[in-house]
Amino acid sequence: MHEMTIAMNIVDIVCKQANDENAHKINSVNLEIGTLSGIMIDSLEFCFEAACKNTIADGAGLNINIIKAEAFCQTCNNNFSIESDFSPCPICDNFNYKLLKGKELSIKSFNID
Amino acid sequence: MCDTCGCGQPNEAVTIRKPGEDGHSHPHHHEHEHSQPHDHSHSHDHGREIVVETDILSKNNLIAERNRGYFEAKNIFTLNLVSSPGSGKTTILEKTISSLKNQITCAVIEGDQQTMNDANRIDATGAAVVQVNTGTGCHLDSDMINQGVKKLDLENDSILFIENVGNLVCPALFDLGEAHKVVIISVTEGDDKPHKYPTMFSVSDLCIINKTDLLPYVDFDIEKCKEYARQVNPNIEFIELSATKGDGMEKWTNWLLSKTSLN
Repeated sequence: MHEMTIAMNIVDIVCKQANDENAHKINSVNLEIGTLSGIMIDSLEFCFEAACKNTIADGAGLNINIIKAEAFCQTCNNNFSIESDFSPCPICDNFNYKLLKGKELSIKSFNID
Repeated sequence: MCDTCGCGQPNEAVTIRKPGEDGHSHPHHHEHEHSQPHDHSHSHDHGREIVVETDILSKNNLIAERNRGYFEAKNIFTLNLVSSPGSGKTTILEKTISSLKNQITCAVIEGDQQTMNDANRIDATGAAVVQVNTGTGCHLDSDMINQGVKKLDLENDSILFIENVGNLVCPALFDLGEAHKVVIISVTEGDDKPHKYPTMFSVSDLCIINKTDLLPYVDFDIEKCKEYARQVNPNIEFIELSATKGDGMEKWTNWLLSKTSLN
Protein backbone atom coordinates (compact mmCIF):
# COMPACT_ATOMS: atom_id res chain seq x y z
CA MET A 1 0.00 0.00 0.00
CA HIS A 2 2.93 2.37 0.60
CA GLU A 3 3.70 2.10 -3.13
CA MET A 4 0.99 4.72 -3.66
CA THR A 5 2.84 7.13 -1.35
CA ILE A 6 6.06 6.37 -3.21
CA ALA A 7 4.34 7.00 -6.55
CA MET A 8 2.89 10.29 -5.30
CA ASN A 9 6.35 11.36 -4.09
CA ILE A 10 7.88 10.57 -7.49
CA VAL A 11 5.23 12.58 -9.34
CA ASP A 12 5.55 15.44 -6.87
CA ILE A 13 9.34 15.63 -7.26
CA VAL A 14 9.43 15.41 -11.07
CA CYS A 15 6.50 17.81 -11.58
CA LYS A 16 8.14 20.45 -9.41
CA GLN A 17 11.47 20.12 -11.22
CA ALA A 18 9.78 20.00 -14.63
CA ASN A 19 7.98 23.20 -13.75
CA ASP A 20 11.34 24.85 -13.01
CA GLU A 21 12.46 23.76 -16.48
CA ASN A 22 9.30 25.28 -18.04
CA ALA A 23 8.30 21.86 -19.36
CA HIS A 24 4.74 21.31 -20.56
CA LYS A 25 4.92 17.54 -20.52
CA ILE A 26 6.85 14.77 -18.78
CA ASN A 27 7.46 11.91 -21.20
CA SER A 28 9.15 9.40 -18.95
CA VAL A 29 10.72 8.91 -15.55
CA ASN A 30 13.79 6.76 -14.82
CA LEU A 31 14.09 5.12 -11.44
CA GLU A 32 16.58 2.94 -9.64
CA ILE A 33 15.02 0.45 -7.24
CA GLY A 34 16.86 -2.17 -5.21
CA THR A 35 15.48 -5.68 -4.84
CA LEU A 36 15.48 -5.24 -1.01
CA SER A 37 13.96 -1.76 -0.97
CA GLY A 38 10.59 -3.08 0.17
CA ILE A 39 8.85 -1.96 -3.02
CA MET A 40 6.70 -4.19 -5.20
CA ILE A 41 7.46 -3.15 -8.76
CA ASP A 42 4.08 -4.21 -10.21
CA SER A 43 2.24 -2.29 -7.55
CA LEU A 44 4.42 0.80 -8.06
CA GLU A 45 3.81 0.76 -11.83
CA PHE A 46 0.08 0.55 -11.23
CA CYS A 47 0.13 3.36 -8.68
CA PHE A 48 2.41 5.56 -10.80
CA GLU A 49 -0.10 5.64 -13.62
CA ALA A 50 -2.83 6.71 -11.21
CA ALA A 51 -0.61 9.27 -9.48
CA CYS A 52 0.22 10.94 -12.81
CA LYS A 53 -3.41 11.71 -13.62
CA ASN A 54 -4.20 15.43 -13.85
CA THR A 55 -0.54 16.41 -13.79
CA ILE A 56 1.92 17.15 -16.61
CA ALA A 57 3.21 13.61 -16.08
CA ASP A 58 -0.11 12.12 -17.23
CA GLY A 59 0.69 9.17 -19.49
CA ALA A 60 4.43 9.26 -18.73
CA GLY A 61 6.39 6.05 -19.11
CA LEU A 62 8.13 4.53 -16.12
CA ASN A 63 11.55 2.92 -16.64
CA ILE A 64 12.83 1.02 -13.65
CA ASN A 65 16.42 -0.09 -13.36
CA ILE A 66 16.31 -2.91 -10.83
CA ILE A 67 19.44 -3.10 -8.68
CA LYS A 68 20.19 -6.63 -7.50
CA ALA A 69 21.11 -6.72 -3.86
CA GLU A 70 24.71 -7.50 -2.97
CA ALA A 71 26.28 -8.03 0.44
CA PHE A 72 29.74 -8.28 1.99
CA CYS A 73 30.20 -11.10 4.47
CA GLN A 74 32.12 -9.89 7.51
CA THR A 75 32.94 -13.44 8.57
CA CYS A 76 34.55 -14.79 5.39
CA ASN A 77 35.21 -11.47 3.62
CA ASN A 78 33.38 -12.39 0.42
CA ASN A 79 30.85 -10.49 -1.65
CA PHE A 80 27.71 -12.34 -2.61
CA SER A 81 24.37 -11.58 -4.22
CA ILE A 82 21.55 -11.79 -1.72
CA GLU A 83 17.96 -12.74 -2.48
CA SER A 84 16.15 -11.81 0.73
CA ASP A 85 16.66 -10.03 4.08
CA PHE A 86 17.32 -13.37 5.73
CA SER A 87 19.59 -15.30 3.38
CA PRO A 88 22.85 -16.50 4.93
CA CYS A 89 26.22 -16.04 3.22
CA PRO A 90 26.32 -18.88 0.64
CA ILE A 91 30.02 -19.50 1.37
CA CYS A 92 30.19 -19.66 5.19
CA ASP A 93 26.46 -19.79 6.08
CA ASN A 94 26.68 -16.83 8.50
CA PHE A 95 24.29 -13.90 8.77
CA ASN A 96 27.01 -11.41 9.68
CA TYR A 97 27.07 -9.26 6.55
CA LYS A 98 26.77 -5.71 5.38
CA LEU A 99 24.45 -4.83 2.53
CA LEU A 100 26.37 -3.09 -0.29
CA LYS A 101 23.41 -2.42 -2.55
CA GLY A 102 19.78 -3.36 -2.94
CA LYS A 103 18.02 -0.67 -0.87
CA GLU A 104 18.01 1.93 -3.67
CA LEU A 105 14.89 4.01 -4.07
CA SER A 106 15.74 6.99 -6.23
CA ILE A 107 14.80 9.02 -9.27
CA LYS A 108 17.74 9.16 -11.68
CA SER A 109 16.30 11.38 -14.40
CA PHE A 110 13.21 12.25 -16.38
CA ASN A 111 12.44 13.32 -19.92
CA ILE A 112 10.46 16.46 -20.76
CA ASP A 113 9.08 18.39 -23.70
CA MET B 1 -5.40 12.79 -3.93
CA CYS B 2 -3.52 12.90 -0.65
CA ASP B 3 0.24 12.92 -1.08
CA THR B 4 0.76 11.99 2.54
CA CYS B 5 -0.65 8.51 2.54
CA GLY B 6 -1.46 8.20 -1.15
CA CYS B 7 -4.84 6.85 -0.32
CA GLY B 8 -7.01 8.64 -2.83
CA GLN B 9 -8.59 10.83 -0.19
CA PRO B 10 -8.03 14.55 0.32
CA ASN B 11 -5.45 15.61 2.95
CA GLU B 12 -8.29 16.94 5.04
CA ALA B 13 -9.05 13.33 5.98
CA VAL B 14 -5.96 13.26 8.22
CA THR B 15 -6.70 14.73 11.65
CA ILE B 16 -4.38 15.51 14.55
CA ARG B 17 -6.04 16.30 17.86
CA LYS B 18 -5.85 16.06 21.62
CA PRO B 19 -8.50 14.17 23.62
CA GLY B 20 -11.61 16.35 23.98
CA GLU B 21 -10.71 18.47 20.96
CA ASP B 22 -12.65 18.70 17.71
CA GLY B 23 -10.90 17.34 14.64
CA HIS B 24 -9.51 19.83 12.19
CA SER B 25 -7.83 19.41 8.88
CA HIS B 26 -4.23 18.42 8.53
CA PRO B 27 -2.48 21.70 7.68
CA HIS B 28 -0.03 20.65 5.02
CA HIS B 29 -1.06 21.26 1.46
CA HIS B 30 -0.53 19.95 -2.03
CA GLU B 31 2.34 21.60 -3.79
CA HIS B 32 2.34 19.78 -7.08
CA GLU B 33 0.71 21.15 -10.17
CA HIS B 34 -2.83 20.18 -11.07
CA SER B 35 -5.13 21.09 -13.93
CA GLN B 36 -2.44 21.37 -16.56
CA PRO B 37 -3.90 21.18 -20.08
CA HIS B 38 -4.14 17.57 -21.15
CA ASP B 39 -1.85 16.67 -23.99
CA HIS B 40 -2.87 13.85 -26.30
CA SER B 41 0.38 13.50 -28.20
CA HIS B 42 2.35 10.26 -27.91
CA SER B 43 5.54 10.34 -25.90
CA HIS B 44 8.55 9.61 -28.08
CA ASP B 45 11.04 10.63 -25.41
CA HIS B 46 12.81 12.95 -27.83
CA GLY B 47 12.59 15.79 -25.36
CA ARG B 48 15.14 16.97 -22.85
CA GLU B 49 16.57 14.62 -20.26
CA ILE B 50 16.76 16.11 -16.77
CA VAL B 51 19.09 14.36 -14.32
CA VAL B 52 17.87 14.56 -10.74
CA GLU B 53 19.44 11.76 -8.65
CA THR B 54 16.90 12.30 -5.90
CA ASP B 55 15.90 9.93 -3.14
CA ILE B 56 12.17 9.32 -3.56
CA LEU B 57 11.62 9.69 0.18
CA SER B 58 13.74 12.85 0.39
CA LYS B 59 10.85 15.06 1.51
CA ASN B 60 9.92 12.70 4.32
CA ASN B 61 13.57 12.23 5.31
CA LEU B 62 14.19 15.98 5.41
CA ILE B 63 11.30 16.61 7.81
CA ALA B 64 12.37 13.55 9.84
CA GLU B 65 15.84 15.07 10.29
CA ARG B 66 14.24 18.34 11.33
CA ASN B 67 12.24 16.43 13.96
CA ARG B 68 15.39 14.62 15.07
CA GLY B 69 17.22 17.91 15.57
CA TYR B 70 14.37 19.23 17.68
CA PHE B 71 14.36 16.07 19.83
CA GLU B 72 18.12 16.20 20.31
CA ALA B 73 18.11 19.88 21.24
CA LYS B 74 15.49 19.27 23.92
CA ASN B 75 16.94 15.91 24.96
CA ILE B 76 13.71 14.08 24.15
CA PHE B 77 14.24 10.33 23.71
CA THR B 78 11.87 9.35 20.89
CA LEU B 79 10.77 5.82 20.05
CA ASN B 80 8.72 4.69 17.08
CA LEU B 81 6.67 1.65 18.15
CA VAL B 82 5.66 -0.59 15.27
CA SER B 83 3.72 -3.87 15.19
CA SER B 84 0.69 -5.69 13.83
CA PRO B 85 -2.67 -4.54 15.17
CA GLY B 86 -3.45 -6.09 18.55
CA SER B 87 0.11 -6.80 19.72
CA GLY B 88 -0.46 -4.77 22.90
CA LYS B 89 1.31 -1.48 22.11
CA THR B 90 -1.19 0.71 23.93
CA THR B 91 -1.27 -1.53 27.01
CA ILE B 92 2.54 -1.50 27.14
CA LEU B 93 2.46 2.30 26.96
CA GLU B 94 -0.18 2.64 29.70
CA LYS B 95 1.85 0.45 32.07
CA THR B 96 5.16 2.08 31.12
CA ILE B 97 3.91 5.62 31.66
CA SER B 98 2.41 4.68 35.03
CA SER B 99 5.57 3.00 36.28
CA LEU B 100 7.87 5.84 35.11
CA LYS B 101 5.60 8.57 36.41
CA ASN B 102 7.88 9.69 39.22
CA GLN B 103 11.09 9.41 37.20
CA ILE B 104 10.56 10.93 33.77
CA THR B 105 7.85 12.74 31.82
CA CYS B 106 6.36 10.79 28.91
CA ALA B 107 4.28 12.03 25.99
CA VAL B 108 2.62 10.02 23.22
CA ILE B 109 1.66 10.49 19.58
CA GLU B 110 -0.97 7.88 18.72
CA GLY B 111 -1.46 6.76 15.12
CA ASP B 112 -4.59 4.94 14.00
CA GLN B 113 -6.76 5.07 10.93
CA GLN B 114 -9.81 6.03 13.00
CA THR B 115 -11.03 6.77 16.56
CA MET B 116 -9.67 8.57 19.60
CA ASN B 117 -9.76 5.33 21.63
CA ASP B 118 -6.01 4.93 22.15
CA ALA B 119 -5.45 8.64 22.89
CA ASN B 120 -8.21 8.50 25.49
CA ARG B 121 -6.55 5.51 27.16
CA ILE B 122 -3.21 7.36 27.30
CA ASP B 123 -4.95 10.54 28.46
CA ALA B 124 -6.25 8.61 31.47
CA THR B 125 -2.64 7.95 32.57
CA GLY B 126 -2.02 11.71 32.75
CA ALA B 127 0.54 11.80 29.93
CA ALA B 128 0.27 14.43 27.16
CA VAL B 129 -1.07 12.83 24.00
CA VAL B 130 -2.24 13.67 20.48
CA GLN B 131 -4.06 11.31 18.19
CA VAL B 132 -3.24 11.24 14.49
CA ASN B 133 -6.05 9.67 12.47
CA THR B 134 -4.71 8.80 9.06
CA GLY B 135 -8.13 8.10 7.49
CA THR B 136 -7.35 5.18 5.19
CA GLY B 137 -3.57 5.79 5.35
CA CYS B 138 -1.41 2.87 6.39
CA HIS B 139 1.48 4.60 8.21
CA LEU B 140 2.59 7.78 9.96
CA ASP B 141 4.96 10.11 8.12
CA SER B 142 7.40 12.68 9.43
CA ASP B 143 5.15 15.65 8.66
CA MET B 144 2.36 14.20 10.82
CA ILE B 145 4.86 13.92 13.68
CA ASN B 146 6.04 17.49 13.04
CA GLN B 147 2.46 18.72 13.31
CA GLY B 148 1.69 16.50 16.30
CA VAL B 149 4.78 17.67 18.20
CA LYS B 150 3.71 21.30 17.77
CA LYS B 151 0.49 20.48 19.61
CA LEU B 152 2.22 18.67 22.45
CA ASP B 153 4.51 21.36 23.90
CA LEU B 154 7.04 18.70 24.93
CA GLU B 155 9.16 19.07 28.05
CA ASN B 156 12.95 18.96 27.94
CA ASP B 157 14.58 15.72 29.18
CA SER B 158 11.54 13.55 28.47
CA ILE B 159 10.43 10.52 26.46
CA LEU B 160 8.18 10.67 23.40
CA PHE B 161 6.52 7.45 22.31
CA ILE B 162 5.12 7.34 18.79
CA GLU B 163 2.61 4.51 18.43
CA ASN B 164 2.52 3.86 14.71
CA VAL B 165 -0.46 2.51 12.77
CA GLY B 166 -0.72 -1.26 13.35
CA ASN B 167 0.99 -2.54 10.21
CA LEU B 168 4.22 -4.50 9.82
CA VAL B 169 4.87 -3.37 6.25
CA CYS B 170 4.55 0.32 5.37
CA PRO B 171 5.81 2.07 8.55
CA ALA B 172 9.22 0.42 7.99
CA LEU B 173 10.01 2.82 5.15
CA PHE B 174 9.17 6.11 6.83
CA ASP B 175 11.71 7.72 9.14
CA LEU B 176 9.90 9.92 11.67
CA GLY B 177 12.98 11.34 13.39
CA GLU B 178 13.02 8.72 16.16
CA ALA B 179 16.09 7.47 18.02
CA HIS B 180 14.99 3.84 17.60
CA LYS B 181 12.26 1.79 16.04
CA VAL B 182 10.91 -0.80 18.46
CA VAL B 183 9.03 -3.72 16.92
CA ILE B 184 6.49 -5.48 19.13
CA ILE B 185 5.31 -9.02 18.51
CA SER B 186 2.94 -10.96 20.73
CA VAL B 187 3.07 -14.70 21.31
CA THR B 188 -0.43 -15.10 19.88
CA GLU B 189 1.10 -14.34 16.47
CA GLY B 190 3.26 -16.72 14.44
CA ASP B 191 6.90 -17.09 15.53
CA ASP B 192 7.91 -16.74 11.86
CA LYS B 193 6.78 -13.09 11.67
CA PRO B 194 10.42 -11.89 11.31
CA HIS B 195 10.71 -13.92 8.11
CA LYS B 196 7.30 -12.88 6.82
CA TYR B 197 7.95 -9.16 7.42
CA PRO B 198 11.75 -8.91 7.32
CA THR B 199 11.98 -5.22 6.45
CA MET B 200 10.40 -4.18 9.73
CA PHE B 201 12.72 -6.38 11.77
CA SER B 202 15.77 -5.22 9.84
CA VAL B 203 15.11 -1.53 10.64
CA SER B 204 14.24 -2.06 14.33
CA ASP B 205 16.81 -1.96 17.15
CA LEU B 206 14.69 -3.64 19.80
CA CYS B 207 12.07 -6.38 19.61
CA ILE B 208 9.58 -6.68 22.45
CA ILE B 209 7.91 -10.08 22.73
CA ASN B 210 4.63 -9.39 24.54
CA LYS B 211 1.91 -11.51 26.17
CA THR B 212 4.42 -14.07 27.51
CA ASP B 213 1.82 -15.08 30.14
CA LEU B 214 -0.06 -16.81 27.30
CA LEU B 215 2.91 -19.00 26.28
CA PRO B 216 1.50 -22.17 27.92
CA TYR B 217 -1.61 -21.91 25.73
CA VAL B 218 -0.13 -21.11 22.33
CA ASP B 219 2.20 -22.74 19.85
CA PHE B 220 4.86 -20.01 19.84
CA ASP B 221 8.57 -20.85 20.04
CA ILE B 222 10.38 -17.81 21.48
CA GLU B 223 13.86 -19.09 20.61
CA LYS B 224 12.83 -19.78 17.04
CA CYS B 225 11.32 -16.29 16.74
CA LYS B 226 14.56 -14.75 18.03
CA GLU B 227 16.62 -16.84 15.66
CA TYR B 228 14.52 -15.71 12.68
CA ALA B 229 14.78 -12.07 13.79
CA ARG B 230 18.58 -12.33 14.21
CA GLN B 231 18.86 -13.75 10.70
CA VAL B 232 17.27 -10.56 9.43
CA ASN B 233 19.06 -8.27 11.88
CA PRO B 234 22.01 -9.76 13.84
CA ASN B 235 22.15 -6.73 16.18
CA ILE B 236 18.51 -6.69 17.29
CA GLU B 237 17.92 -6.79 21.07
CA PHE B 238 15.00 -8.60 22.75
CA ILE B 239 12.86 -8.01 25.80
CA GLU B 240 10.21 -10.56 26.77
CA LEU B 241 7.32 -9.26 28.83
CA SER B 242 3.69 -9.46 29.74
CA ALA B 243 2.24 -5.96 29.90
CA THR B 244 -0.99 -7.14 31.54
CA LYS B 245 0.70 -9.29 34.25
CA GLY B 246 3.79 -7.10 34.68
CA ASP B 247 6.45 -9.79 34.12
CA GLY B 248 9.50 -8.35 32.36
CA MET B 249 8.24 -4.76 32.49
CA GLU B 250 11.13 -3.73 34.73
CA LYS B 251 13.63 -4.88 32.12
CA TRP B 252 11.88 -2.65 29.58
CA THR B 253 11.70 0.42 31.82
CA ASN B 254 15.36 -0.09 32.77
CA TRP B 255 16.24 -0.24 29.08
CA LEU B 256 14.40 3.06 28.59
CA LEU B 257 16.10 4.75 31.52
CA SER B 258 19.55 3.50 30.47
CA LYS B 259 19.02 4.93 26.98
CA THR B 260 17.75 8.29 28.14
CA SER B 261 20.77 8.78 30.45
CA LEU B 262 18.47 10.77 32.70
CA ASN B 263 18.19 8.29 35.57
